[in-house]
Amino acid sequence: MSPAALAWQQFRFERRMFWRNPSAAFFNFLLPLLLLVLIASAFAGDDDELEVLVPGVAGMGVLATTFTALAFNLTVLREEGVLKRIRGTPMPAGAYLAGLIGSAALNALLQVALVVAIGNLAYGVEWPEAPLLLVAFTLLGVVCFAGLGVAFSHAIPNEDAAPAYTNAIFLPLIFISGVFYSADDLPEALKVIAEALPLKHLIDGLSDAIVGGGGDAGLAAAVVAGWAVAGIVLAVRFFRWQ
Amino acid sequence: MPAAIEVNELRKSYGDVEAVRGVSFAVERGEVFGLLGPNGAGKTTTVEILEGYRRRSAGDVRVLGQDPESRDRRLQERVGIVLQSSGFYPRATVREAVEHFAKAYSRPRDPDETIALVGLGEKADARTKELSGGQRRRLDLALALVGDPELVFLDEPTTGFDPAARRTAWSVVRRLKELDKTVLLTTHYLDEAQELADRVAIVKAGRIVAEGPPSQLGPASARYRVSYLSEGRRVEHQTDDPTELLHRLTRDALARGERLEGLEVARPTLEEVYLELTHEADSV
Repeated sequence: MSPAALAWQQFRFERRMFWRNPSAAFFNFLLPLLLLVLIASAFAGDDDELEVLVPGVAGMGVLATTFTALAFNLTVLREEGVLKRIRGTPMPAGAYLAGLIGSAALNALLQVALVVAIGNLAYGVEWPEAPLLLVAFTLLGVVCFAGLGVAFSHAIPNEDAAPAYTNAIFLPLIFISGVFYSADDLPEALKVIAEALPLKHLIDGLSDAIVGGGGDAGLAAAVVAGWAVAGIVLAVRFFRWQ
Repeated sequence: MPAAIEVNELRKSYGDVEAVRGVSFAVERGEVFGLLGPNGAGKTTTVEILEGYRRRSAGDVRVLGQDPESRDRRLQERVGIVLQSSGFYPRATVREAVEHFAKAYSRPRDPDETIALVGLGEKADARTKELSGGQRRRLDLALALVGDPELVFLDEPTTGFDPAARRTAWSVVRRLKELDKTVLLTTHYLDEAQELADRVAIVKAGRIVAEGPPSQLGPASARYRVSYLSEGRRVEHQTDDPTELLHRLTRDALARGERLEGLEVARPTLEEVYLELTHEADSV
């Protein structure tokens, strides 16, 4: 089989295994949707809040399905010796990782689509104003956070530490990046940190595409792309098979 | 046809520590070759260089005629690797795992036939996390064999097994030999090397201290024990040359008009050879 065909086989295998692990599927996939529904219900009718919440949860979904899931999964695969075993077969490394990362990317795309659909159908948020821009920002976010997730797995020493390491990034990041409320209300110091990191800018871009936020989409795209390059370089440079 | 594995003056250092210090051996095609030695002797480092996982510091290595450092896909098609410990997707079934691995090879064995070969036929639909330790080891073997390799690396295949599981694993290794596979086995169990290997190299502190068929290993270095009863007590002599010693003992006894009661000549077992060699190497 060609490397592309093997990558496709790996992708299909990852999809099958993903749905066979209900707890991971729940936390990666359904928890952001649950938070969306709970918080949106509390603010039902408050259009300003809903227009912050829908792009915010979409951005959080990208973070959870790519960065958190890949950092966690690659740590487990490395520590359990699965990566080393794969390395001992003719499966090309790129094909294996493409299948693995592709599966995470599909989760992110599904997540954003579901968040936007629930926002419209359940809470009356308009359908995206710029669908192509939404797709573009989602893909850029996927590349950025997938790269950073693979890179971050190199820093996690073992699988027992993986939840703590990923949550130590995930939770503070969603609170300072304007997922549940506008980041404009944050103290200045936290705003500076959030501005330097990619999630706030991804949410700005998604917001611009979904509700026409009037933010600086060009700046947002540049910051996310910059982190994407850094993530990919670190992911490749420090990759460990064992 | 060249040897399946050729290792010449192989060296590997980690910083200041030299884990492998000039190891040379060759494994012929169809042979089961055992690398035997205590933990930390350099067995796994040597094997991981042959498997292409590590780069050597010096020396020359050929696996099926190729340099494993090249990580050539064509070489990996012909080699099966059973690592000391390696997991798999815990929610995949045995059949799914074997079928998935088969896809990476251009001429795989039939997955169901491979599962049956290692004796997991009844567990084909079980999830891998539900397997016992021995069954998981057999799955490791199935995953290594599904590409129909010419050469199989088995690193400590039975460490941590109960005696029954070890016997099963041994029968699978014998089956590999029947299939004309070349096998490189590392172990720190003497009985395992004795049971399975056509030839054994004993490794200690990064060097090979003895090499040969298990039954012939040692007379050059380990000593025969000759003993007999004298006034109800067993007297024991050790010698490198039992012919000479026996001649002297029996001549003297006959000269005294006595018999040597309970005379025994014991060949050194592999265990004695091993303990003596590894102990000697310890003291240098």
